[in-house]
Amino acid sequence: MFWQGNVACAEAAVKAGCRFFAGYPITPASEIAERMAQILPEVHGIFMQMEDEIAAINAIIGASWAGAKSMTATSGPGFSLMQEGIGYAFMTETPCVIVVVQRLGPATGQASKGGQGNFMQARWGTHGDYSAIVLSPNSAQEMFDLTVEAFNLSEKYRTPVILLADELSAHIVEPVKIPERIVVVDRRKARDHSEPFFGSSDPKGIPPMPEVGEGLNILVTGSTHDEWGYRYTSDPDVHRKLVTRIYWKIEGNVRDIADYEADIDEKAKVGIVSYGCSSRTVYEAIDRLRGRGIRVSHLRFRTLWPFPDWIVEELAEKVNVILVPELSLGQFCREVERAAHGKARIISITKIGGGEMITPKEIIEVVERI
Amino acid sequence: MKHFAVKYLREEKLPTPFCPGCGNGILMNAFFKAVEELGYRDLRDFVFCSGIGCAAWIPSPHFMADSIHTLHGRAIPVATGIKLMKPHLKVVVIGGDGDLAGIGLSHLIHAARRNIGLTVIMVNNMIYGMTGGQVAPTTPRGIKTTTTPKGNLEDPIDVARILVEAGAPYVAKWTTYHVISLKNSIKKALRKKGFTYIEVVSQCPTSYGRNAGFKNPSEMLKWFKENSITYEKAKKMGRDIWKKKIVVGEYVDIYRKELTERIRMEDLDYEN
Repeated sequence: MFWQGNVACAEAAVKAGCRFFAGYPITPASEIAERMAQILPEVHGIFMQMEDEIAAINAIIGASWAGAKSMTATSGPGFSLMQEGIGYAFMTETPCVIVVVQRLGPATGQASKGGQGNFMQARWGTHGDYSAIVLSPNSAQEMFDLTVEAFNLSEKYRTPVILLADELSAHIVEPVKIPERIVVVDRRKARDHSEPFFGSSDPKGIPPMPEVGEGLNILVTGSTHDEWGYRYTSDPDVHRKLVTRIYWKIEGNVRDIADYEADIDEKAKVGIVSYGCSSRTVYEAIDRLRGRGIRVSHLRFRTLWPFPDWIVEELAEKVNVILVPELSLGQFCREVERAAHGKARIISITKIGGGEMITPKEIIEVVERI
Repeated sequence: MKHFAVKYLREEKLPTPFCPGCGNGILMNAFFKAVEELGYRDLRDFVFCSGIGCAAWIPSPHFMADSIHTLHGRAIPVATGIKLMKPHLKVVVIGGDGDLAGIGLSHLIHAARRNIGLTVIMVNNMIYGMTGGQVAPTTPRGIKTTTTPKGNLEDPIDVARILVEAGAPYVAKWTTYHVISLKNSIKKALRKKGFTYIEVVSQCPTSYGRNAGFKNPSEMLKWFKENSITYEKAKKMGRDIWKKKIVVGEYVDIYRKELTERIRMEDLDYEN
């Protein structure tokens, strides 16, 4: 298929089992909604354009409790509006997928221009303690592949998953290969009261999820709740138990969730760590550097959160310097620096404005100056 | 003998946490009477969605049913997601005026416009009760609240008439004094397929009554009785009557094809 990234995302969602989409128009994510409006009815799914992004996130939460795999797609301003709802999905352990096509902010910023300024927001956007799964594609193909992965992780860990795309991977038109066999994971469903719906004896446990309308008398609340969903608004132990489990069910499985591309030259003294659209610049820079005999390693993350610390640390042990190119003023670099534990010098390469990419030349110049 | 409503309740969660004299109990009673008269032995066919506030705690956790206690103001979009996926369920939203007419008003209007088959019951106590008695968009002018210490300078919103204009096929408004009419409206709403809205003006003796000068809950009920007129009468009177009185009755009861039916039939007809 010769698809735009946003189209690949919508097609993949339906193949992963998505049957409910609620959204609100926003550049540069609108094509996902437009494609969903076409293809969801063909599989008896529901497409709904809501009155705002707040309604959209809450509608997909409702649909998820009615048993559907559900999704919304937005960009910076809409993602900001959705944050309270995303927190509700974390707290109630509601699987759903939120696609965020990053543009330039803050506020309205430059609506049609790409950026990578939502890296921290994707992890820390809503209040309270939780851990988030965030994936990031760098091509139309990965808009397809990682959308499927986002649904699978969401169902497996019973949690919202954020697909943090950017304007480039969303709007680029590229060949997309649909795998012959697509692995689809479905949530573990509660069919009776033999296991609690919101608790587990395992501190990293993922409880089975019931569905409304099946006579199970389920209680769902965004307030602190016990393992059967009863509200406890002041008990310290109930809160601790719930929130630490919600945190550790993700953080404790970071190695299962981590997905990355490692192009490691064991003798290289220069490393580059990147994600999303910036990584495409790095590919070109590395080709040219290696062509000139300069040895470089490259790590490119598909999983941004939980952050795969150990992979960065391993690279930092091998190289002297790590370059971190990104289209924001150092959000991603801050995390790389933390994970490197001082074992390598970190150089941040940043650019914002107008959707301009960092050029291979700019990366090469930094390498030459080292 | 057990009270007739116990079968619809999680008995171990009783009594409710509501203040003595609160109108929430009157609504619960009217709701269960309606459900019983309609022949429901239990609440298996229902899903309740509520937001934040005292009225949101009516179903959650007290009703023996599926119940989703959502964010402040967001019960309607959550209910919309459920209804779209499972149109055969009776999806009922119960909330207060702060929740539905304040922070969540746009969802209410859009649900009426879409004519999605939700039943929304708004308990209008004219105040933010749970947070300690702050002014609400429904507070009458002049009333003293904790955030209008000299009296409210704004006029209250008339949700029922807004929803009529938005296209809701069924809108009724009563007070906790009009319990029989309230029950009958709930029955009617639960039988109807489209979007249905019932407002019940209710007493909050703790956060509203005390500041507004009422000595006890029964004085408030008496005030509801004496200060309300019927919709039919109000229509024949001047514009000011809507500000001075609580206008009770059925504001509208018409047929419009419900949204999930339209989706199922791909019905693009402009009629109904």
